[in-house]
Amino acid sequence: MTVRKNQSALTAEEKRRFVAALLELKRSGRYDTFVTTHNAFILGDTDTGERVGHRSPSFLPWHRRFLLEFERALQSVDATVALPYWDWSVDRTPRAALWAPDFLGGTGRSVDGRVMDGAFAASTGNWPISVRVDTRTYLRRSLGGGGRPLPTPAEVDSVLAMATYDMPPWNSGSDGFRNHLEGWRGVNLHNRVHVWVGGQMATGVSPNDPVFWLHHAYIDKLWADWRRRHPGSGYLPVAGTRDVVDLDERMKPWNDSTPAELLDHTRHYTFDTA
Amino acid sequence: MSRPTRRRALRGAAALAVGGGALAALPRTTASAASAAAHEQDGPAPFDEVYLGRRIQGRSGGGHHHHGAGYTVLVDGVELHVMRNADGSWISVVSHYDPVPSPRAAARAAVEELRGAPLVPFN
Repeated sequence: MTVRKNQSALTAEEKRRFVAALLELKRSGRYDTFVTTHNAFILGDTDTGERVGHRSPSFLPWHRRFLLEFERALQSVDATVALPYWDWSVDRTPRAALWAPDFLGGTGRSVDGRVMDGAFAASTGNWPISVRVDTRTYLRRSLGGGGRPLPTPAEVDSVLAMATYDMPPWNSGSDGFRNHLEGWRGVNLHNRVHVWVGGQMATGVSPNDPVFWLHHAYIDKLWADWRRRHPGSGYLPVAGTRDVVDLDERMKPWNDSTPAELLDHTRHYTFDTA
Repeated sequence: MSRPTRRRALRGAAALAVGGGALAALPRTTASAASAAAHEQDGPAPFDEVYLGRRIQGRSGGGHHHHGAGYTVLVDGVELHVMRNADGSWISVVSHYDPVPSPRAAARAAVEELRGAPLVPFN
């Protein structure tokens, strides 16, 4: 059974294997298909039209399915690998071990944002940015460059306290847990972390930075935490909602699973915490 | 090679923005003026200026994609994918998680993020 661990608890060997599996997916071309899929949904999901991956109730089950697909790809390279998660409310500075050269590498240099160390630095030749929105082919970051700090534990807690999963109009204007976690409204959790990292993570091709998976693995864990805290609250909407994925409707692009089928993560993996 | 600091670049941009107003008055035919007037009831005004050395333009209608934005933004003639949020704020594909008040602000944020790099056309 896959156990997703806090990235801060990984051993040197676990980090080494995770990084090696990422590099092999990149080398084989499979990694970039995930970047392409994500950007297609970023461009296609709109508040007034069909919306599946973002700004909608299915933001959480869609990314759970997307991460499962990615984790299975990693495991096809190395069966011992699981996605770690990054609790950015605790490991909240560029000095965190997450950004050390033996793991994801650090922030970008000031002149052009280019990441200069770690396995994903352009100078290694192993991490070309191929699916891109501008001509720059090197991984970029500006950790904390926007000036706004990462969310605090208290801010996370304030969102976990929201008892209703989602609300009409089921988009970036909604009240409720999903949209506050996604960050279009309120204290802003998920969106703010993308902005804090900067570089490609702030764009539609954000999975170009491997931290994308660790960020979303933690967002996914917060959904699991929320479900345990609110056992009487279910996924909404349940049926008949135009442009929105209802509880028992299949999600693109896989068309093989519904939000209802993805509510229980323990069918696929567990977390290192209870 | 020396590059301007961000502070200096933004100060320069502010000066450019003051002079940019005249550029925003684009010639229009009677028909397109009527169309633009109709759009302005529910959409932002067009713009055309040089910001940090890049030409940014915005206008109602068109666009490679028709995702409800009904508004096209160009950076040096290449379309920047933008999107309007339910609350009227805007984002673009190069600054996707950080809403700003207008498509002009989205274009300026994109120019700052690009640091001189050309956009790749999307399709």
